[in-house]
Amino acid sequence: MIEPSTVNVDAKLSLNKYDVDEEVAHIVLKDAAEAPGFDAEFDKLVIACPAGLYRRDENGTPSFDYAGCLECGTCRILCGQTILEKWAFPGPTKGVEYRWG
Amino acid sequence: MSDFDAIVVGAGCAGSVAAYTLAKAGKSVLMVERGNFAGAKNMTGGRIYAHSLKKVFPNFEKEAPVERRIMRERISLLDPTSNFTIGFASEAMAQEGKDSYSVLFGPFDQWLAEQAEDAGAEVICGIPVEDLVMDGSRVLGVVAGEDELTADITILADGVNSLLTPKAVGAPTPKPSEMAVGVKELIELPAEVIEDRLLCGPGEGAAWLFAGDSTKGHIGGGFMYTNKSSISLGLVATLSDLVTAKTTIYQMMEDFKQHPEVAALIRGGKLVEYSGHMVSEGGYHMIPRLVGDGCLVAGDAGMLCMNLGYCVRGMDFAVASGQLAAQAAIEAMDRKDFSASSLNRYMELLESSFVLRDMRQYQRFPHFMESTKRIFNGYPALVRDIFNGMFVVDGEPQPPLKKKVLGSVKEVGLMNILKDVRGGMKAL
Repeated sequence: MIEPSTVNVDAKLSLNKYDVDEEVAHIVLKDAAEAPGFDAEFDKLVIACPAGLYRRDENGTPSFDYAGCLECGTCRILCGQTILEKWAFPGPTKGVEYRWG
Repeated sequence: MSDFDAIVVGAGCAGSVAAYTLAKAGKSVLMVERGNFAGAKNMTGGRIYAHSLKKVFPNFEKEAPVERRIMRERISLLDPTSNFTIGFASEAMAQEGKDSYSVLFGPFDQWLAEQAEDAGAEVICGIPVEDLVMDGSRVLGVVAGEDELTADITILADGVNSLLTPKAVGAPTPKPSEMAVGVKELIELPAEVIEDRLLCGPGEGAAWLFAGDSTKGHIGGGFMYTNKSSISLGLVATLSDLVTAKTTIYQMMEDFKQHPEVAALIRGGKLVEYSGHMVSEGGYHMIPRLVGDGCLVAGDAGMLCMNLGYCVRGMDFAVASGQLAAQAAIEAMDRKDFSASSLNRYMELLESSFVLRDMRQYQRFPHFMESTKRIFNGYPALVRDIFNGMFVVDGEPQPPLKKKVLGSVKEVGLMNILKDVRGGMKAL
């Protein structure tokens, strides 16, 4: 059981500079129904994604949003073969832009 | 006829040094970077050990935007209620070629890319290389945006999360046990405050690594590097073990910041950037083939990174491998033979340099760390108990120190401790 998080990771992400590609999602999840063991795999990403893009609400319903992605690739390594339909880098000039890195 | 003598993918430490070296030798070079500027997609802890960069840019410490020369090392065993730190400072750290510097990749990578550009390399930013142009197993160039660009030799320096090395050299997808995720907060503080808090002279800095509660007892650790007027604070956690945690990594990061030891360090600081990046931790055994037909792999894309717990290296490997890849490429161009066997000269150069020698020397360490979880979830508490016994006085009649220490040791098991010490010694 993952303990509920008290930190507002979105506030931290909001300090970063992004040019989000609204047209094309660079990470796409499979449908839960079509990916065996979806829940256990999803929970790995809830824990490990530093941007907190993979979340569950109070009812445990999973949600995902690629907008705050830090492009680290952690989800690709953990679940690239299981519940990810697609993992690509964002298109030209899109995505996060670190000012200091 | 190719468009360029060489195309370099990625303008990080490895890529820019490779492009610079090639351009300086009069070769036509294109460097393609997916960030809007060099460093825009890159992240480091981080510190660079100077030795290999000095060979390329003898005055870099004066010319490049480095942050602080690291003159103090600290390592801590962090327990939720205590902290044990050893510190080390030495004049040797100030000697030319033995020195190291904290850096931020935004400014630092831009400087490196500028050196390549000034030497004659063409640099394109904001374009990801989506694919490789192949003829059978031979890499002929890159697909970037609408264009196919060809080169006699393509150097892949596209980082730890390379999507191109599987196609180019058959690199396997790294296993979660071989990779860690790093998260970092950049916290602004006045320069004098940083120097006062870390007992550093003007312009000098400190490096600090933490094991234990920083990752809630999971494999990995916290890190801190002082920049000119900011602190890089973060943690790194091995993926296979991290996913068994009960908290998210960003909660771990927040709790790490709240630990009294760390809170005092960053008090009054302003968070200005939050970043994430992977780091390869599997060591020598996870290095893929670094040579293919028409292709060389350098830096993090080649998994050339080393974490010994007390010493973390990657940038010096990236710089050296970038330089050696360029050297091998130049020799192959002179021979007009771009086959893997011709380019295998790169492996000879890496083998005779510190790069593969050090990677091989410490090849057992990743397994040791992975199989010795007590470092993270046992020893911080053991050390806490021992030192509570020494430093905490409550007026009760004191048992002999030996008895107190042995009592704590028994909880972990003397044999376990001896085994871990022996294992660590063997791995190092």
